[in-house]
Amino acid sequence: MNNLELQKKANEVRKGIVTAVHSAKAGHPGGSLSAADMFTYLYFEELNVDPKNPDMEDRDRFVLSKGHTAPGLYSALAHRGFFPVEDLKTLRHLGSYLQGHPCIHIPGVDMSSGSLGQGISVAVGMAMGAKLDNKDFRVYTLLGDGEIEEGQVWEAAMFAGHRKLDNLVVIVDNNNLQIDGKIEDVCSPYPIDKKFEAFNFHVINIDAHDFDQIRNAMKEARETKGMPTCIVMHSLKGKGVSYMEDSADWHGKAPNDAEYAQAMADLEKIGEELEKAGEQ
Amino acid sequence: MADEIKKIATRESYGNALKELAEEYPNLVVLDADLAAATKTGIFKKAYPDRFIDCGIAESNMMGIAAGLAAVGKIPFASSFAMFAAGRAFEQVRNSIGYPHLNVKIGATHAGISVGEDGATHQCNEDLALMRTIPGMVVMCPSDDVEARAAVKAALDYVGPVYIRFGRAAVPVINDRPDYHFEIGKGNVVKEGKDVTIVATGICVDSALGAAALLKEEGIDAEVINICTIKPLDEELIVASAKKTGKVVTVEEHSVIGGLGSAVCDALCKSYPTPVCKLGMQDVYGESGSAAALIEKYGLDAKGVAASVKEFLK
Repeated sequence: MNNLELQKKANEVRKGIVTAVHSAKAGHPGGSLSAADMFTYLYFEELNVDPKNPDMEDRDRFVLSKGHTAPGLYSALAHRGFFPVEDLKTLRHLGSYLQGHPCIHIPGVDMSSGSLGQGISVAVGMAMGAKLDNKDFRVYTLLGDGEIEEGQVWEAAMFAGHRKLDNLVVIVDNNNLQIDGKIEDVCSPYPIDKKFEAFNFHVINIDAHDFDQIRNAMKEARETKGMPTCIVMHSLKGKGVSYMEDSADWHGKAPNDAEYAQAMADLEKIGEELEKAGEQ
Repeated sequence: MADEIKKIATRESYGNALKELAEEYPNLVVLDADLAAATKTGIFKKAYPDRFIDCGIAESNMMGIAAGLAAVGKIPFASSFAMFAAGRAFEQVRNSIGYPHLNVKIGATHAGISVGEDGATHQCNEDLALMRTIPGMVVMCPSDDVEARAAVKAALDYVGPVYIRFGRAAVPVINDRPDYHFEIGKGNVVKEGKDVTIVATGICVDSALGAAALLKEEGIDAEVINICTIKPLDEELIVASAKKTGKVVTVEEHSVIGGLGSAVCDALCKSYPTPVCKLGMQDVYGESGSAAALIEKYGLDAKGVAASVKEFLK
């Protein structure tokens, strides 16, 4: 896909996010929207996965360590064809397979997650498994910048660096906000890049909303041998929905009907601009 | 002759079994958190260094790595002391292994007060209780070398998460007989009796058998049941025995809250309410001392169990 196609797809993924969270009357739109471009790139460009065969043996793996942003993952999976987009409206409803946090039984979901700090360890284990069996599938995991305050993240990073797991890509969504406010005010994990470097990672800083930078970082990660890669992506929390942008208030809150209409209008407008850009 | 009875610690059986089964189970890998010499996974490490993963002193991460390995087809045995495997890493075991029902085996050694000299910080008397609460988790506590090795093999054949508790101290081999058969979820009547049922697990099975011998001298005919699988519990066997004897005593090197005693009570209160006396750690921490001295002090040796049974039957 070219960048414009990816941007259009990401915009649809964003609509799915706000639609799912609105329908659920609960959930986490802010961090889902900040990572929507990455979810889109992973599922439409990067990962070797097959929606018709979600359990394909040597597929690439993705673990959403910041599991509360399940709406972002589910929306990307649905748009990629793992399950109907219409089902996003059942998010968090009793009886729906779309649990509030990722569950391994959902088509396309490689690991249950949501308790922060745990997903990265599982991703490291998967990467280790590939190495033990000389398999060439790759493993990706996405963490929040607040999440890396969890000590287990650094246990996992130490192990991955020590074992030179160059089939592992750790992505940190650096939107600078956690529930209680700015991450540097709550308990600063900065400098994030220097920390991962110290744990023997190859570190790449990118703009989370620039598909050229995402593409180049993924290429660089594949070409990096003898050490795992960490992509620190600098993002805007709530990206795409005017009133959610850069606001900790929208970390874990659902829009009401009026707010939902505004969010969809914002995203429709972005969609129209992308269509126009395509015609030029 | 009593002093000729073969003794071996179940942690040693664990290490030996892993090594012996490695050829038959090519997907078996072993993880440890800097305790290979103590958990005896070092026996496996020496024979299969490429299939041994030392995670360093980071048990929470080890459980996640084990989950990831299982998710891509390996059968990992994650090993540490019970305190760190079930205690420190409880939430990782629950959320990263139990909830996705991954094929991870947890080999937890140095359980209970028989850890001895290290004292209360390292004597885990809560692991069975913690692991029992995780849906889908099989919880086993073998009584000797024969049962420990059988439990490791059974865990490998079973698909899903399994917790196995092993001890530090050398204990008598009591199951070395031709008709011994191991099955997950099945208990064994190791001595038949009619006056009282003693249900024991782990190293306390030997104490229960010793107690039964002492009680016999006083005219009390005790039935002794060995429960290796705490979950799923062999409820049928326990209820049948309770119906015969009408009184039940449970013996475990574990808190009386949440372990074997509680599991037995759960089973009985549902279908055949029976008076139960729970022997174990009575809501207290352990302390430093030799394993034998501690087992005696807390009333879990043959004499102590016999005395408690007599008191209960009064």
